[in-house]
Amino acid sequence: MKKKKVGNNNIIRNDIRKWAPVFLLPMLAAFIIGFVWPFLQGLFLSFTQFKTTSRWEWVGITNYVKAFQDESFLYSFGYTAMYALVSLVLINVLAFAVAYALTLKIKGANLFRTAFFMPNLIGGIVLGYIWSMIFDGVLGAYGESILTNSTWGFWGLIILMCWQQIGYMMIIYIAGLQAVPEDMLEAARIDGASSSQTLFRVTIPNVMPSITICMFLSLTNGFKLFDQNLALTGGLPYIINPDGSSVHTTEMLALNIYNTFYGQNINARGTAQAKAVLFFILVATIGLFQLVSTRKKEVQQ
Amino acid sequence: MKNTKDLRTERRNKMILTVIFSAVSIIYMFPVLMVLLNSFKANTFVKTDTFAWFTEESFVGFENFIKGMTFGGYPFWKSALYSAVITLLSTFLILLFTSMAAWYISRVDSKFCRAVYLTCVFSMVVPFQMVMFTLSKTADTLNLDTPWTIPIIYLGFGAGLAVFMFVGFVKSIPLEIEEAAAIDGCAPLRTYFSVVLPMMKPTLVSVAILEIMWIWNDYLLPYLVLDRTKYMTIPIHIQSLKGSYGTVDLGATMALILLSIIPVIVFYLLCQKHIIKGVAAGAVKG
Repeated sequence: MKKKKVGNNNIIRNDIRKWAPVFLLPMLAAFIIGFVWPFLQGLFLSFTQFKTTSRWEWVGITNYVKAFQDESFLYSFGYTAMYALVSLVLINVLAFAVAYALTLKIKGANLFRTAFFMPNLIGGIVLGYIWSMIFDGVLGAYGESILTNSTWGFWGLIILMCWQQIGYMMIIYIAGLQAVPEDMLEAARIDGASSSQTLFRVTIPNVMPSITICMFLSLTNGFKLFDQNLALTGGLPYIINPDGSSVHTTEMLALNIYNTFYGQNINARGTAQAKAVLFFILVATIGLFQLVSTRKKEVQQ
Repeated sequence: MKNTKDLRTERRNKMILTVIFSAVSIIYMFPVLMVLLNSFKANTFVKTDTFAWFTEESFVGFENFIKGMTFGGYPFWKSALYSAVITLLSTFLILLFTSMAAWYISRVDSKFCRAVYLTCVFSMVVPFQMVMFTLSKTADTLNLDTPWTIPIIYLGFGAGLAVFMFVGFVKSIPLEIEEAAAIDGCAPLRTYFSVVLPMMKPTLVSVAILEIMWIWNDYLLPYLVLDRTKYMTIPIHIQSLKGSYGTVDLGATMALILLSIIPVIVFYLLCQKHIIKGVAAGAVKG
C-alpha cells in the first residue's frame, strides 16, 4: 500500500524536491528561531547558573534540586492541580448538560449557542479585568476584595474559567452528540428505555471520544493557565514565611515560573528554567496521554 | 392515546427548557453588559455601585472614552493598530508558509520531512514558559522586537499546529489532480498556487480563525518580545493600566475594555459559523 503510493508520487516528488528553499525553508527557518533553538537552549540552560543566555556556568542538577526545595513552587503545583481538577469536573459537567439540552431541538438553540460561546473569544487579560470588577462589586459591599482572601481568588478563577470555557467544550460536545446514530436512539425508544436510560446507556457511550478530548483539553488548559491568573489576582494575597520567603496563595505554576524568571532575584533564572522544564514534562505527559487515548478510540470505531 | 400525551409533555418540557435557557443566556451576557454600563460611570462609582443603574452623579457620558485614549501614558489607538498589524501579518505569514511547507512535507515524504513534521507535532505540547526566556532573548538578538518583525516569531512558535492541520488535509487530497498538472508541464510553484491552495480553503479558514484568536488575545509573547518603550498591543496596554502610578481609573479602564471587545464581538457575529467550525477542528487535533 505504502510502496504504491510512493510510486505514484514520484513524478510530483522529484519535481518538488528541488523547490525546498521556496516551500520548506521560510517555515523551517522561523520554526528554528521561534521554537527549536529556544527549546534546546532552554533545556541546556536549566543545568546552568545564568543571568543572560550567553553568560552561564554549568551546575548540573542543582537547579532542579532548588526547584523542588522551593516552597512556593510546590505550593503552586498543588494549587494548580486542585484548580485543574475542580475546573475539569465543573466545566465538563456543565458543558455537557448545556450541549445535551441544546441538541434536543428546542426553540432558540442557535441563539443560546451563540451566547454561550461568545466569552471564548475574549482574551484572558481582558477577562480577568472584567471579572475582578464584578467580584469586587459584590465583595466590596462586605468590605472585601478578590485580593484579600485566597478562597475568593480560587473560586473566582473557577467561575471565570467556567464562563469562558463552557461554550468551547459545549461546541465539541454538540458535534459529538449530533453524530450519535439516530436509529440507535430510535431503537432504544422502541424498546421502552426511559430517557435517562437512553442518556446513560446509549448517548454517553457514543460520545465517549468527545468526553475524552474535552477532559484532556480542560486539564491542559488548567495547568497552562496564565493570563487569567495574572489579571484576576496576580497571585495575591501572599504569606510571608518566618525565613523571609513568601508564598503567593493564588499563584499557579505558569505564573510562579514567570515570577521566578523576572522577579528581583536575577540569580534564580537557572531555577526558573529548571521549573519550566519540569512544567514542560508535566504538560507534555498529559498531552501524550491525550494523543494515545484519542488514537485508540479512533481505531475502535 | 399515550403517544399524543407523551408528545404534549415533550413539547411542554422543550418550552420550559427554552425559557430556562433564555434566562441563563441573559445572565451569561451579564459581565459584558456590566462593562458597557460601567464604561459610562465616573471612576468612584464603578467600585461602589458596580451593578447600579446611572444616577445624575455617576453618569459621565463619553468622558471615560476620551480619557481612556491617552490613559496609561500611551495612545490607545496605537495599541489597537499594532494589535491589528501583528495579528494580520502573522496570520498571513503562517497561512502562506506553513501550508507550503505542509504540502512539501507530505509530497516529498523523505526522512528529513518526517523529522520536521514530528518536531512540529512535538512543539504543540510544549508550553510557552519552557521557551519564554530564551525565545525573547533570541528575538532580541535578531532585532525581531517590532510589530513588523514579531510575525516571524509567531510563524515559528505557531508553526506546529498549522503544519499539523495542513498535513492532515493535504494527505486527503487525491494525487491525480496534481499529477495531471505536472504532466501538463506545470512547475510546482504554479501547481501549488493554482491547484493545491484553492482546494485547501476550508483548512485555511480554520487555521486563520485559530491563529487570529490566539494572536489578537496573546499577552505574554508580545510583552516579552516587543520593545515596550515604543510598542504595545491591546492586552499589554490593558494589563499596564493596573501597574500605572496612583489609583487606577476604573471608568476609563472599562471604556478601553469595551473598545477592545467590540471588534471581537463584531468579528464573532460576522463569521460565527467559521469560528465554531475552526475551533472544533483545532480542538479535536490539539
